[in-house]
Parts: sequence; structure tokens; C-alpha cells
Amino acid sequence: MDTILAFLTDPVFVGFLQATTRLAIPILLAALGGMFAERSGVLNIGLEGMMLTGAFVGFVTAFLTGNIWFGVLMGTLAGGGLGLMLAFYTVTLGTNQVVAGIAFNLLVVGATSFGYRAVFGMGTAAPRVTSLETLPIPILADVPVLGPLLFQQTALVYLALLLVPLTWVIIARMSAGTAIVAVGEHPQAAETLGISVARTRIFCLIGSGLLAGLGGAFLSLSATGLFLDNMTAGRGYIALAILLLGRRHPWGILLAAALFGGADALQLRGQGLGIGVPYQFLVMLPYVLTILVLIGFAGKVRDPAALGQPFRRAKAE
Amino acid sequence: MSAEPVSTPAAPARPTGRFGDAGRRVAASIIAVLLALACGAILIALWGVNPVSAYGALLNGAFGNLNSIAETLLRAIPLTCTGLAVAFAFRAGTFNIGAEGQLMFGGAAAAAVGLALPHLPPLLLIPSMMGSAMIAGALWSLLPGVLKLRFGANELITTIMLNYVAIHFISFLLYGPMQESAGYLAQTDRLDRATTLPQLIERTRLHIGFLIVLGVVALSHFALWHTSWGYKLRVVGLNARVALNSGMAVTALTVSAFLVSGALAGLAGYMEVVGVQRRMIEGLSPGFGYTGIIVALLGGTSPLGVLAAAILFAALQVGATTMETAEGVPSTLATIIQGLVVLFVIGRGTIDLALRRRGSA
Repeated sequence: MDTILAFLTDPVFVGFLQATTRLAIPILLAALGGMFAERSGVLNIGLEGMMLTGAFVGFVTAFLTGNIWFGVLMGTLAGGGLGLMLAFYTVTLGTNQVVAGIAFNLLVVGATSFGYRAVFGMGTAAPRVTSLETLPIPILADVPVLGPLLFQQTALVYLALLLVPLTWVIIARMSAGTAIVAVGEHPQAAETLGISVARTRIFCLIGSGLLAGLGGAFLSLSATGLFLDNMTAGRGYIALAILLLGRRHPWGILLAAALFGGADALQLRGQGLGIGVPYQFLVMLPYVLTILVLIGFAGKVRDPAALGQPFRRAKAE
Repeated sequence: MSAEPVSTPAAPARPTGRFGDAGRRVAASIIAVLLALACGAILIALWGVNPVSAYGALLNGAFGNLNSIAETLLRAIPLTCTGLAVAFAFRAGTFNIGAEGQLMFGGAAAAAVGLALPHLPPLLLIPSMMGSAMIAGALWSLLPGVLKLRFGANELITTIMLNYVAIHFISFLLYGPMQESAGYLAQTDRLDRATTLPQLIERTRLHIGFLIVLGVVALSHFALWHTSWGYKLRVVGLNARVALNSGMAVTALTVSAFLVSGALAGLAGYMEVVGVQRRMIEGLSPGFGYTGIIVALLGGTSPLGVLAAAILFAALQVGATTMETAEGVPSTLATIIQGLVVLFVIGRGTIDLALRRRGSA
């Protein structure tokens, strides 16, 4: 018993648990964002660009104003702005959702890299901001396992975790959620009930962008305290797989993201400990895991019936 | 992400249309490029540099003399290959965002063969390097193809994930079994002179690989528009169900599109290894695979359009480097302009929309 407790409270294991959450949160937030888009019938490939936008705008704002929380806010809003632009393409113009999403992602890579040089110059020194401090919650923080996982984190982690029940209430318990699901499953029927498909999808994409932008801001302001070119490194795409693994449901997404964060934290520890495997194979793990998730779950999770299809309102004659 | 994914209606399916469609599309593309350049000019002005002199430096860097023209065409080689790679996949109604990883495997395979068999006569060595690069790229692209067809795993995500896997795996090779004898950098030894492709223009780096790529463009055009394979591929891309109902081997056609796509990306890797770096290096591609997506979209997924778009973006990239040195505007501006070009190309419905709104008001 003592040995078990000793292991559970060992600093290495505690560090691993903290890292699990830290690595899971950005993907969790992006996947929650993806959930709103996909439930309403829009495949949001743009999550990657929204995250990168949030990471960049959040970092620059925090650096220039010295206020981390203002940075978080602006990063989130910037993600939402990108969501609005993507909505203009995919909903208003009816552009192919994948093509539009990829185009935005590529543009954001260039724009953030250009913007970074515009703000900080062409030098090589990477400016930093003091990232958010860990804010242990009294008593709960000392609980083995759950303490480091959930209660020895930054305030932004607590906020992100609160968004899980909040999004669940919205999607599963509110009429807005019912409307979203209706639009994703049968847009024509939703229209006859007086629900505007276009408006619902636009709101969902903005919400999607806000959440992914927050996830990106978390990456630069809570997890690292700096911005690097293309620092999201595919996390927005990984979030799409996490979404599938979590069956497009907030609680499922939370579990899937935690699993993923754990795997990511494990490979980071593995790199630190030098376990004899070339580090490149450890770095590969999250990506391989994502592919395995897709192999295991594609086709086993039912997609919203209208996913990926642009909607055109029938002309009243 | 189901068995019948987003990709079926997908892609910039070419509007089967009347006579003037091609012309109108070209006009729309040119307008998109001009609009993107105008946005770029605003950014340059905000940077505090005169846009005219910045673009002047860019033009000069891309076309100013024989050497800069050669550099532009040299850069167009991999972009044409990856653009064609993405275009073939689009035509078959799938997305290949994995050209980046396929290119890396192609480059590694070419270097491996070149280093292993340096004493082969060039007439044998060069084709076997090129061939192995294309095979390596094709095999790496077969993986997402099989995962899609067998498990219904969305190729969009798998190809992107496989890019990261490829980049880290190649990094392992270059720090491990394939590392240079000196043992410092993540790169192979320098390739033997026998592997060099002959120069096309003297005293420049442009090599006959450019002619090979022109041949590949012509061949792609022929394959797509004048063979039954190309015809079937296009039918699958436009409507997989129709293709299936008319008895086409949709699975085999999709796999063939993945293979061709991967082989073309692998060819890009070969060209960079042999024609530019003279060895395999860790950062072989500054995003050629991703730029290939933009090239394919601007080129309307037609081989000739891809060639034109590749030369345009090559000029933009090569010229942007000169612009950075001469005027201090970061060369990443080229990436922004490229992204904007696509957004303007796919957003051309805006004009229709505005006209419709005005008409109905």
C-alpha cells in the first residue's frame, strides 16, 4: 500500500500527470469547437488555422499589453473571427468545406509568421511572456492522481475544463443544441421548422473558432509562454480525430483528449529518460496514435447526415 | 469521416461546361492573383516600404537576368510535380495533402540508391534513382489509400499525420543509418558527380530535370484527357456512384490515383536531391507539398494550368528572397500572397452573390 502511494506521489509521476492535462487541453478545446461545427453539418478543417491564429494573437497581445488574460481574450476572439470568415466561404458561398479550410490554414501559417516578424523584427531571439502560474486548489490538489491531473493546474485549465459541462449543457440540454443537431442531420426539415440553417451554421463556426482560438492561446500563454512559427504542428487535425474518438460528445471528447494527452506526455517523458528508442520514434507517437484512432473508429461512429454538404435553400416560387 | 467521406462531391470539380468556361476560369485566376498582389502591396506599405520598389525587387529577383530566370524555373520543378500530384488526387475525388511526406521519402530513396551504386553507368544510375524515388513516394501514398478504402479512414487527416511521421522518420535516418560520414549534420554524404543531371543553361543551376517535368506535364495532360484511364478517373471524381453503376473498378482507379500522385511527389523529392542539394537533407522541402495544393487549385487541376501556376509561385518565392535582402520585407509575404490567391480563386462566387443580391433588392 505504501509503495503504491509512494509511486502515485512520486514527483516524476506527478509531473507526468500534470503534463497530461497540459497537453490535452489545447486539443480538447479545438475538438469541442469541432464538435459544434460538425454537429451542424460543417467539416471544420480550419481548426488548425484557428488554433494558430489564437496562439499568435494571444501571444502578441499579451506581450504588448503585459496582460496575459487580455491576450487569452484576444486570441479567442481572433479564432472566432476566422470562424466567421470560414463561415462566409462554406455557408454563404457554399464553397467546398475542405478546400476552404485548407486554404485558410495555409494563409494563417504565412500570416502569423509575417506578423511575428512585423512585431518582433527579423532577429532570432524568441521573446517570451511569463506564462500563467500554477494555481493549486487547496485540499483537492493533494489527492493522489486526480490532484495533479485536475487541481494543480493554471486558471486557464480550470476554465477549459468547465467548458466541457457547459458545452454539454448547450448541445444536449438546450433548444439551441437541438437546433444544431437538426441542422446537421436534416437541414431541409430544420428549415421547415423555422430554423435558419445558414444562421445556425454561421454561429456554430464562430463558436468553433472561439474554442479553437482559446486552445491556441492556451498553447502560447499557458503551456509555453512563447510563439513559434507553425507551433500548432497539426494539433487542429489531431483534434478532428479526437472528435471522432469522443463520438462528437463533450464527455467523450474529454476522455479522448485525456488519453491523447497521456500518450503525448509519456513520449515526452520517454525522451527525457532516454529509454534507448531514437527520439524521432517517440515524437511520431501522437501522429501514429491519431492514425490508429481513425482506423479503429472510422465508419463505426455515425456521422451527422448532412456533414460536409453545403446547403442551398430551395427557392420559393 | 464515414466510409463515404466528404471527398465525394469534393474538390474543385471542373464545371462540365460550354465553350467559354476555360477562358472565364483563366480570367478569374488572373484577377485572383492581381487582387492578392494588391493585398500584398498594402502589407508592404504597412511594413513601411514602397510597394512599387518592393515588387520591383521581387520581379527583378525572379526574372531580372538569365540566372534569376533559371532559378525561378528550377524552383518551378518541384512545385509542378507536387501540384500535379495533388491535381491527380483531386481529379479522382480524393485529397492528397501528403505530398510533403511522399516527397521526403522520394528524396531519401533517390539518395540511398545514388550512394549505394555510385559505380553504375549514369545511363543506368539516373533512371534507377528517379524510379526508386517515384516508387518510394507511391508506396508511402499507398498507405493512406489503403487505410481509406479498407477502413474508411479519412485520407485528409491520415495524409497530414503521415507527413509528420515521414519527416520524423527521415530525421531518424539522417541522424542514424544514412548520416554523412563526418557525422555532424542531419544529411547524407554528397552524391557522386555521376548522378548529376546535365545543365540546361550554362553557368546556372537549371538542369534538364525541367525538360523532364515538361514531359511529365504533357504526359499527364494526355493521360487525363486522351486515355480511358483518365476518363474513368474523372468520372470517379465527379460522381463515384455513377462510376460504380457503370461498371468501373472504382477501388482500383482510386488506388491508381493515389499511386500516381505519390510517384509525382516522389519525383519532386528526386529533383530537389539531385538538382539542388546534391544530397538528402533534413529540411529538403520548404513546404512544397502544401504549396502543391495551392498550385493545383490555381491551375484548375489541369496539368497545363498547374505548370503555369507553379512558375508563377516559383517566381513569387524566388523573387521574395531578393525582396527580403533588398527591401527588408520578409519573404514569408510570398506565403500570404499564395494563400490569398487561393481564397480569391475559391471565393469568386462572391461576385455572383453580390450581383444576385442587387438583382433581388
